[in-house]
Amino acid sequence: MMNADTSPRQPYSTYHEWYASQDRNRLIAKSKEAENIFRKTGITFAVYGHADSSEKLIPFDLIPRIISGREWRRLAQGIEQRVIALNAFLDDIYHKQEIIRAGRIPRELIEKNDAFLPQMIGFRPPGGVYTHIVGTDIVRTGEDQFYVLEDNARTPSGVSYMLENRETMMQMFPELFHQNRVRPVENYPYLLRQSLASLAPPGCTGKPRVAVLTPGIYNSAFYEHAFLADMMGVELVEGSDLRVIDGKVKMRTTRGYTAIDVLYRRVDDDFLDPLTFRPDSALGIPGIMDVYRAGNITIANAPGTGISDDKAIYSYMPEIVEFYTGRKPLLENVPTWRCSEPQSLKYVLEHLEELVVKEVHGSGGYGMLVGPTATKRERTAFAEKLKERPGNYIAQPTLSLSTVPILVNKGIAPRHVDLRPYVLVSDKVQIIPGGLTRVALKEGSLVVNSSQGGGTKDTWVLED
Amino acid sequence: MLGRTANGLYWMFRYIERAENGARLIDAGLRMSLTRSEATEDDWDGVLQSAGVRELYDQVHDKLTSSDAIDFLLRDRANPSSVMSCIEAGRHNARMVRTALTRETWEATNECWIEMKQSLTRMVRPAEMPEVIDAIKRRTGLIRGAFHGTMLRNEIFNFSRIGTFIERADNTARILDVKYYVLLPAVSAVGSSMDNVQWESILRSVSAHRAYGWVYDAELKPANIADFLISNGRMPRSLAYCYEKIVSNLGYLAREYGEKHAAHETAEQTLQSLRSRSIDDIMDQGLHEYLEEFISHNNRVGQEITDGYRFYN
Repeated sequence: MMNADTSPRQPYSTYHEWYASQDRNRLIAKSKEAENIFRKTGITFAVYGHADSSEKLIPFDLIPRIISGREWRRLAQGIEQRVIALNAFLDDIYHKQEIIRAGRIPRELIEKNDAFLPQMIGFRPPGGVYTHIVGTDIVRTGEDQFYVLEDNARTPSGVSYMLENRETMMQMFPELFHQNRVRPVENYPYLLRQSLASLAPPGCTGKPRVAVLTPGIYNSAFYEHAFLADMMGVELVEGSDLRVIDGKVKMRTTRGYTAIDVLYRRVDDDFLDPLTFRPDSALGIPGIMDVYRAGNITIANAPGTGISDDKAIYSYMPEIVEFYTGRKPLLENVPTWRCSEPQSLKYVLEHLEELVVKEVHGSGGYGMLVGPTATKRERTAFAEKLKERPGNYIAQPTLSLSTVPILVNKGIAPRHVDLRPYVLVSDKVQIIPGGLTRVALKEGSLVVNSSQGGGTKDTWVLED
Repeated sequence: MLGRTANGLYWMFRYIERAENGARLIDAGLRMSLTRSEATEDDWDGVLQSAGVRELYDQVHDKLTSSDAIDFLLRDRANPSSVMSCIEAGRHNARMVRTALTRETWEATNECWIEMKQSLTRMVRPAEMPEVIDAIKRRTGLIRGAFHGTMLRNEIFNFSRIGTFIERADNTARILDVKYYVLLPAVSAVGSSMDNVQWESILRSVSAHRAYGWVYDAELKPANIADFLISNGRMPRSLAYCYEKIVSNLGYLAREYGEKHAAHETAEQTLQSLRSRSIDDIMDQGLHEYLEEFISHNNRVGQEITDGYRFYN
C-alpha cells in the first residue's frame, strides 16, 4: 500500500484516508461479521483428508487489494496475449505440431505427458476454442513488474470468492464504493453464460442449453459449482444425471431426458468418460467423448487442455508466446529449472535453500518445498525425492513478492499475495477487471493456497 | 427440473418435517413423565415406537431408560431419524439442491444446522431440554417461513410440499397407531385420569391440544381425537389435510407437465377414502387395521412419485 517514503501509493490514497478515519475495533468487529456472512451463506470448501473439519471457511481479509487502471491495462494486455498463445498452442499440438517440428519444444515432453490426450488429435472443438475459462496466476514484484506463476487452463476455481468477496465488501462498506471508482466484476456469471452459449456445437438450433457438471457435494469446490449454476440460471448436473441417448448427451429431468448443448464441466479429464479414460470413474458420462467428437456437444474447457498449463511446459511459455503471436511476451515467466535436465538438477540440488521446488503435476501447494523457510532436515529429505524422480520436479527462485496490508489485531501488517484474474475466451478474450487475491496469512509465508491456510481479499481495479 | 433435484427437494422437506416431529414427540414424552405420579419407562417405549426406532434402540442400548431414549431420539447419529440426523440429512439435501432454493430458504436451513450442531454437541441436561426443543421448533419454523415467503409456486414448490406431507401423514398415522388401543371404546364410559394423560399426550405429539378444544368439547373423547387427527380437513397435521395437499400439489404437476402417473390415482383414492369414511365406521372396522393400511398406501404413493418423476433413473 505504501511507497518507500511511507506515503500511500497512488491507487490506495483514497482508501488510506478512509482507513485512517476508522476505529480499529469496529473494523475487527466487521471482520467477524464478514466471517458470519460466509458461514451463514455456506461459502465453504472441503479439505481432503480432514474428516473432522469437512467444511471450512477461507479467511477473508477486509482490506482490499487495489490496482490502478494503468497498471491493470498493461497486465490485461499481457494476459490476453498469453491466453491467445495457449489456445494456438493447443490447436497446434493436437494438429500439425509445428512447434515441435520447429524444434522449439521436445517431442517427448508432449507425447509422454499424461495431460496430453491422444483422443483429441485431429479434433477441433466448436469455435476452435480449447480453454474457455482461464485463471492466470500472477505475482507482482514491483511497480509494473508482473510474473506469471501458472496458467490454469483446466478448471480454474475460486471465481465465486471473487464475487462473494465483492458482495461482502459492498454490504459492509458501501461508502467505499462511492469514494473509489471500482470497476465491476458482478457481471461475470452473465458473461460466462454468454461466452459458453456462443460456442454451442454447430448442430445446436435454438437457444443453447448450458449445464454445469460437478463431481458432487463432497468435492472441495462444490459451493462454487452450485453458485455458478445458480447465477447463470442453468442446471447443476452430476454424471449420474446424464446419459448418452441418440448421439446426444441428455439429462434426466422429471419429464424425461433433455439434451445439453454446452457442458461447463468441473470434473477432471480422467473422470470425464469411463469408456475413454479411467474405467472406474463414477463421476463421468460413458460415451460423452464420442458425442463430443461427433460435434454434438461443447465441453468447456476442452479435454486435454492440461498439456498447456503443465508445470514442465510452463518453462517453455516464453517460446510458446513468441512462436504463436510473433511478439515478445509482455508478461515475465519465472525462471524455471527443469530437474529432468542433469545440469539443472545439479544446480537445484546445490541451491535448495534459495529455491521453491514443485511437483510437475501437483497443485494446491501440496508436495512442494519452499527452500528458504524449510528446515535442513526437510531439505535433505526432499533432495532424496528429487534424485529419485528428477523428471517429476521443477524449481524456481523465490521472488521478492510485493506485499499488501491485512488487518490484524494490532492494526495492519504486510503479507505476501498473488492474483488470479479470470479470463473468458470465445470469439473474443474477456478479462474480468480484478480477480481473486490470495494472501499468505502467516507472517513471511509465501504459500497462499487455501488448503494451506491462505486467505482471500477483494481486488479492486480502479477506473482512471 | 432434474429428477435428482426433485428427489433432493422431496427428501430435504421430509427430513425437516421429521426433525420437527421428533422434537414434538420428545416434548410430549417429557410432558407425560411430568404428569405422572410415578414415571414409567413404558412411556418412552411408546415414543420410540411412534418414531419407528424401537428396534434400533435395542441394538444400541441394553435397557430402556428415559435419558438414553431422549438422547437416542435427539442426538444419536446411529439413529437416522434422530433430530440431529434429520437436520443433517435435510441440510445435506438442501446443499445438493441449493440452486433450486431461494437464498432465504437455504440460509434458514444452513443456520438451523449450524445452531443445532452447536447445541447438540453434548448430551442435553434435563434443565436445558425445553430450550433445546424450542430451538428446534423455532429453527424449523424459520425454514418453513422463509420457504413460504420467498419461493415461487412452481414445480420446485410442489415437490417440496409433497415431501412435507408424505412425511407428516406417516408421522401422524404412526403416532395414532402406537396408541390406538387407548382410543378404543373403553370399558368405562368416562376416561380415567390415566387415559386422560395418554389422550392428551397424543394431541401434544401433534401440537393439537389447544386446537382440539376449539373444535370439540373441552372434554377429551377418544372418537373425537381420532376424528381430529384422521378426518378433520382443517387440522394441519391430520391425514385428510395431508392428502388434500398431496393431491393438490400432484395436480399442479399434472397440469404443468400434461401427464399423470400412478401416484395421482393412488393419492386421489386415499383422499376419497379419508373423506368418505366416518370415524365410527373406521373404529368399527378396526382402527389399527385402518392405520396400517393407510401407512402402506402412503408408502406406495411415495414410491410411485419417486418412479413417475424419475428421482433415481
